[in-house]
Formats: sequence, structure tokens, C-alpha cells
Amino acid sequence: MQSLPLGQRPAVLDMSNVTKTFNGDVVALREMNLGVNAGDFISLLGPSGCGKSTALRLIAGLSSPSSGRISWAGGQSENDLGVVFQEPTLMPWATVAQNVWLPFRLKGKSYASVKDEIMEALRLVGLERFLDAYPRELSGGMKMRVSIARAMVTKPRLILMDEPFAALDEITRFRLNNDLLKLKAKIGCTVIFVTHSVFESVFLSDRIVVMAARPGRVIREVQVPAPYPRDEEFRTSAEYAALCRQASEALQDAMGEHA
Amino acid sequence: MSIADNQPLYDAEDLKRLRAARFERFGKWLLPVAVMIVMIWFWDRLVVWNNIPHFILPRPGLVLQTLISDWPILFDALLVTLQITLMALAVAVIGGVGLAVLFTQSRLVEMSFYPYAVILQVTPVVSIAPLIFIYVDSRTAGLLICAWLVAFFPVLANTTLGLNSADHNLRDLFRIYGATRWQTLRYLRLPSALPYFLGGLRIAGGLALIGAVVAEYVAGTGGIGSGLAFRILEAGYRLNIPRMFAALILIAVTGVIIFAGLSFLSHMLLRKWHESAVKRET
Repeated sequence: MQSLPLGQRPAVLDMSNVTKTFNGDVVALREMNLGVNAGDFISLLGPSGCGKSTALRLIAGLSSPSSGRISWAGGQSENDLGVVFQEPTLMPWATVAQNVWLPFRLKGKSYASVKDEIMEALRLVGLERFLDAYPRELSGGMKMRVSIARAMVTKPRLILMDEPFAALDEITRFRLNNDLLKLKAKIGCTVIFVTHSVFESVFLSDRIVVMAARPGRVIREVQVPAPYPRDEEFRTSAEYAALCRQASEALQDAMGEHA
Repeated sequence: MSIADNQPLYDAEDLKRLRAARFERFGKWLLPVAVMIVMIWFWDRLVVWNNIPHFILPRPGLVLQTLISDWPILFDALLVTLQITLMALAVAVIGGVGLAVLFTQSRLVEMSFYPYAVILQVTPVVSIAPLIFIYVDSRTAGLLICAWLVAFFPVLANTTLGLNSADHNLRDLFRIYGATRWQTLRYLRLPSALPYFLGGLRIAGGLALIGAVVAEYVAGTGGIGSGLAFRILEAGYRLNIPRMFAALILIAVTGVIIFAGLSFLSHMLLRKWHESAVKRET
């Protein structure tokens, strides 16, 4: 599925003036505005403490904003979200297939009725031969693939990824970056991706939201106009290097600025 | 190629490790058996050298003879004790797991009742048992209550710990997917608690036997349908020391079998996924 150019995509989610404070005085996130459209790949980039994980938790509904509003286009539905955490977060007692079945299972669907979807998701992440394996038998990268398969198996409106590749080695990380883009091209999902790697954010996203800490807030948004599909060639191109510098400078500003 | 050809299949370190592994495999069984044989021999010699009469310390051969000749009496007694033990263990599992689930589902219940679970646990069962036998008419029920009191706490404590140790991210994931309380319990908390529960169960198995034996001592009444502890008491009154030893051996063997059985159960349930039961290659 080819995604529409920026500006023509239907809205999915809108955050307006979202602020989150803890215990009344710690401002984790200040007046964040973000519009998410279908097919977007948005990275939240910033140093630790900039509120990017807080933003993700707010969108996931795991906590509620102190002020401001998060609204889903057309209202909330039961298939809004898929989530990938920094850890693979698999159930160790369940096989790969059973782990991917989880989102369906919690909606009361039997394994037999969604077997095709589960197989398709595992095929997309290249693990169709491992459906009966237990997580402990898999490498770190493979576990992360299972986690990604679980997040997308229901074809949710939005997939949240919280530094999913931070704990992996660089070779595995590059491979998963490539595969994630291929996957996105195939199923046309909408992603919000939290990272503190400039390179990763430029390679993956079409919009980078640069954030600063104390208080957590959005500093700037960097557009990445390079067309998809992006591959290893893009990773070594002058355009990529220039975009990385731009994002890096924005990040430097964010680190230097302590309002 | 030539280097690979000249290289032995195993290097010195490999051989050392293989030797250690072989020693481990046989030593695990042979050494305790050797210790036992030496101890029994020494026991036998001790009696002979010092001319100790058999009503004070019988020779091991006599104990074995008694075990065989008194087998009908002792075996019936063993069945009684075993029955109490297993029933107490079953009730401990149901009560312990049930209470643990209740505690983790409702903070209110936990705050209200947890201190009393602790009080029941720390009060020695010997001191409560006489009261229980005053108020409970059925002797079996009394024994069962005593054994249960001793056995249920490890199940409760371990299962509670296990239910609360479900991965935080998985809990968040269940919330995001809108899982019901029941689904979270069934698919997340109970499987997370399984290794902890099984650890508690192994302790509870031994404690149920101890509880049953101690309660029998306290109950003290004999006749038909009395257990091993009463047989020991009775034999003691009659200075039938060989039978005391025979009954003691039966109790010890029973305890070992219960522990081994529960360990095996634990291994079978966890072998596919839990670190404690998974064999590592290196």
C-alpha cells in the first residue's frame, strides 16, 4: 500500500495542549501539540526526561493528561493500538504463536478463528518457522520481531514503539530498521516511535518531533522529505547525512536549552 | 587444515570438564549411599562393641527385621498418616491459592486478613492442637486442621508473591488491550505465579507431614486407625525400640518421596520455559 503524501492523509489522533504533571510540581510534559495522520511515521527524539515516554503512556491511555486533550478521529474504538516496549515483553510460558494470539485472545477470539492473521504476521517478520518455539529459545532480535508481530497482528490504527531497538546490537538494529520499513510499506501502518538515536529517527521517520527536558516539551519538528522505500543506499547518502546534521542540531538546541 | 587435523577432538580443558561432569553424575548417588553404608556399619559396630541391649539401641539388622515382621501394623499406620498429609496438602493448596488470589484482587481483603494469616503461621501448632481436639469432635478433622495450619502459609506467601511479580510491561499491555480482571488473572498473573507456587508447594509437602505427625502426638489416642506417630508413642511406652526405629524410617522415607514427587511435578510443569528447570548447553 502506497501511503499518501504528507498533508493529504486522514487524521488519526490529535493532541492539543497536553500537559502532564506529577505531584503538582514536576512537569513531565508541557503543552504538547501533535497531529497524527494515517500512514505517518513519527519519531519522538530527545534526551532522557524529555517526556517522550510520558507522551506515549498518555496516548496509550495508561495515564491521563493533567490538562489538554487527546482525541481520536471518529472516537475511540477497540482496535486503536498496538504497542512495542523497550523489552520484548513476551509471556515466557507461551509459544511464539500464542504470544501473537494475545491481542485477539483478550478480545475473546479463538486461536482457530485468527490463525491466518497470526501466520501472516509471523511471515511478515520472518518467523513463520518458529511459531511453536518458546521465547527463551529465540535471540534478542527475534524476540523483538515477535513483539512487533503481536503489535501489528490486529492491524491497529496506531502502533506505539518505545525505544524498541535500544537494547540490541547495532547490526541487529540496522536489520530491524530495514525490516520495519519494509513492513510499514506492506501494511501501511501508522507509527509513533520513541528513540534517542538521531540516525535511527532520520532513517525511519517522515516527521521527527524533537523534545527537550525539564520541563519535557516539544522544541521543533523536523521533516524528512526523502521518499520511501529507504534502504542501505539511503543510509550512506549525502541527503541522509544532511538530515542527520539537521536533526542533530535540533537536538543540541534541545539539550542546551533549559527553560 | 593441518592444524585442525593435528588438533585432538577435545582439548585439556574439555577433558577436565567431561571428567568433572562424569564424577558429578555418579557421585551424586554413590557418595550418599557410601555415607549411609558406613554410618549403618558404624551403628552396628557401636552396639556390638559396647554390648548395648536391644531395648536401648537395636542393631540395624533387628530394625530391618522388625520393619518386615511389623509391616501389617506399620503399613496401616503409614496409610493413615499419609492420608492426613495428602488431604492437608490438598486443602492447603486450595486455601493458600484461593486466599492469595483474593489478596491480590482486593487490597481491602489483604490489609484486613494478612496479619491473621501470619499470626496463624507463627503460633506453634503444638500449642493450638490441644484446643482444636477439645472443640473438634472428629479426630480426623482435628488432625487435618493442624496439618493444614502448618502447610498453608508457604503456599499463600509464595503464591501472593508470584501473583504480584507479573511483568509490569505485560500488565500495561493487558490494560491497553482492555483485558478484564479475570483475563489478567487467568492469562498473566496465574502463569507468572506458577514457579513461585510450586516452590511453596514443595515446602508445604514436607510441612503437611510434620503437621500430621505432630498433631497425632498431641491427639495421642490410639486404637484402630491410628497413624505412625501414635505407633511410635505406643512402641516407646512398651520399650519396643526396634519398632520406633522402623516407624521413624517409614516417616523419613515418606517425606523424601513427597519431596521428590513434588520436585518432579514442578520440573514437568516448568521445563519448557522457566529458567529453574531449563538445562543449559554450556
